[in-house]
Amino acid sequence: MQVEAYAGEEMVLNMGPQHPSTHGVLRLELETDGEIVKKVTPHIGYLHRCFEKHAENIDYPGVIPFCDRMDYIASMNNSLGYALTIEKLMQIEVNERVQTLRVLMAELNRIASHLLSIGTYAMDIGSFTPFLHCFREREKILDLFEWVCGARLLYNYNWVGGVSHDIPSGFVEKTSEFLNQLEPVIAEMDKLLSYNKIFLARTAAVGIINKDLAESFNVTGPNLRGSGIQWDLRKEEPYCAYETYDFEVPIGSGQFGPVGSCWDRYYVRVREMEQSIKLIRQALDRLPEGDVHEMVPRRVKPPKGEIYGRTETPRGELGYYVISNGGLIPFRVKVKSPCFTVLSVLPAIARGAMVADIIAIIGSIDIVMGEVDR
Amino acid sequence: MKDTSEILQILQEKFPKYIVKSNLESAAPFLVVSAKALPAVCGFLKNDKDMNFESLMCLSGVDYKDPKTEDDRLEVVYHLFSMSKKHKLILKVELSRDDPKVPTVENIWGIANWHEREAYDMYGIQFEGHSDLRRILCPDDWVDYPLRKDYVEPETYRGMPAAASKQFAELAEEGEDLGTNPYRAG
Repeated sequence: MQVEAYAGEEMVLNMGPQHPSTHGVLRLELETDGEIVKKVTPHIGYLHRCFEKHAENIDYPGVIPFCDRMDYIASMNNSLGYALTIEKLMQIEVNERVQTLRVLMAELNRIASHLLSIGTYAMDIGSFTPFLHCFREREKILDLFEWVCGARLLYNYNWVGGVSHDIPSGFVEKTSEFLNQLEPVIAEMDKLLSYNKIFLARTAAVGIINKDLAESFNVTGPNLRGSGIQWDLRKEEPYCAYETYDFEVPIGSGQFGPVGSCWDRYYVRVREMEQSIKLIRQALDRLPEGDVHEMVPRRVKPPKGEIYGRTETPRGELGYYVISNGGLIPFRVKVKSPCFTVLSVLPAIARGAMVADIIAIIGSIDIVMGEVDR
Repeated sequence: MKDTSEILQILQEKFPKYIVKSNLESAAPFLVVSAKALPAVCGFLKNDKDMNFESLMCLSGVDYKDPKTEDDRLEVVYHLFSMSKKHKLILKVELSRDDPKVPTVENIWGIANWHEREAYDMYGIQFEGHSDLRRILCPDDWVDYPLRKDYVEPETYRGMPAAASKQFAELAEEGEDLGTNPYRAG
């Protein structure tokens, strides 16, 4: 890149890999004219841990802990996607208790992930209090997870054919209590943050992702729904019996600015937490009896073939393309990460924004570098 | 909503020689397209009103080098999806290992830009016409293509040891005197 070619008023800034607001190790090369950003080039790869190469050298169940570590904030959803893909390849049907437990854990993790996303987003914008509210509630969810499977963040919970641990007695009551106590906290935080004048001024007209851009760049999840597009894989291609649950899919409506702004994406996440609470209550009510290890195969040896399985994680559509050659070790596991695709939109939406708006945009697209880099 | 055999019929009528082969019997039916024909086929699949594949779900490189079979090729696999029509399609392009070249589809689906950079980074597949084909996950001066089956890790990278070092158990089996210092060099 020729620095001499610049007219003398433009700067090249490195929003470097170490930065408190880039949500991980992301390097953004900003070419700015004063405060206005002319061009953003994201550089990734600082957290590349060779997931796909490891998956070619370890057996199928052994890949699950590696899956957890990609999006370390929503691990239940990552391993769920992988387990469902391998089960589809092997044509294993799990029993209803496993399905309900999977929905329960995935939705609890969705709430935890959105709490973190909203809390850190508010902190990036400059308001510190919602961060404390969010993390206090998130700690309670992590305590629940620790009670079930022993781990706070990386669970190895969803196995091929089942789940690793059944829930202990008392879990249903404790979770119900937690949900009853969480609802007023979400309402309080909504009142505190969502309609705050400064928050609106910083986010409501910034980072617009319009429909064509979203489709062309395969933006999924709350980022897509924030642009007003009604698309949720839990409704369109249901898995784990999601079609039997009653829930809505919130979308952005451009309440305070053009549709597809940072505020819309943030607000979709707030409303999604409420829908997740509804889903968890239904799952807790219906929890049927069963053995969670019933369909876990002694050896995971899928037949020769390939499959592409996708699920709706808190960050979007996570896809696993698995090719099996009939052995105990996968031939190829390719992961389509939702954060990878949404980060590629950043150069298009950040042109013309100010440097402070870049922070708002990155926070609103909710990336986790572990998943971008794998 | 169309399944792969219907799409194959339409494509064979419109582009008679472009679909090289197909596999409709497997659980994941796919069509193999010749590399030169890829932009034309993909442009049709995206823009045609009945096809409307506006979403490229995934673009992966695959290295089929299996000592048991006689496979020895690289492939690029495109998973297409239409949110409006709700149908899926899998396209594959087969490439030789020595000179893997395929035209880019980044003008059709914007996300192909980053996916193709990753396929280049990991497999060395050259995407002709790509605006910015450089490594994305590995460092810019990394040598060789890591996800290939015949990849050998380098001994060092910029002076740092890069290949996996021997475990203590291996060294003990080879008869080395390990002593009690955990920070022994080498």
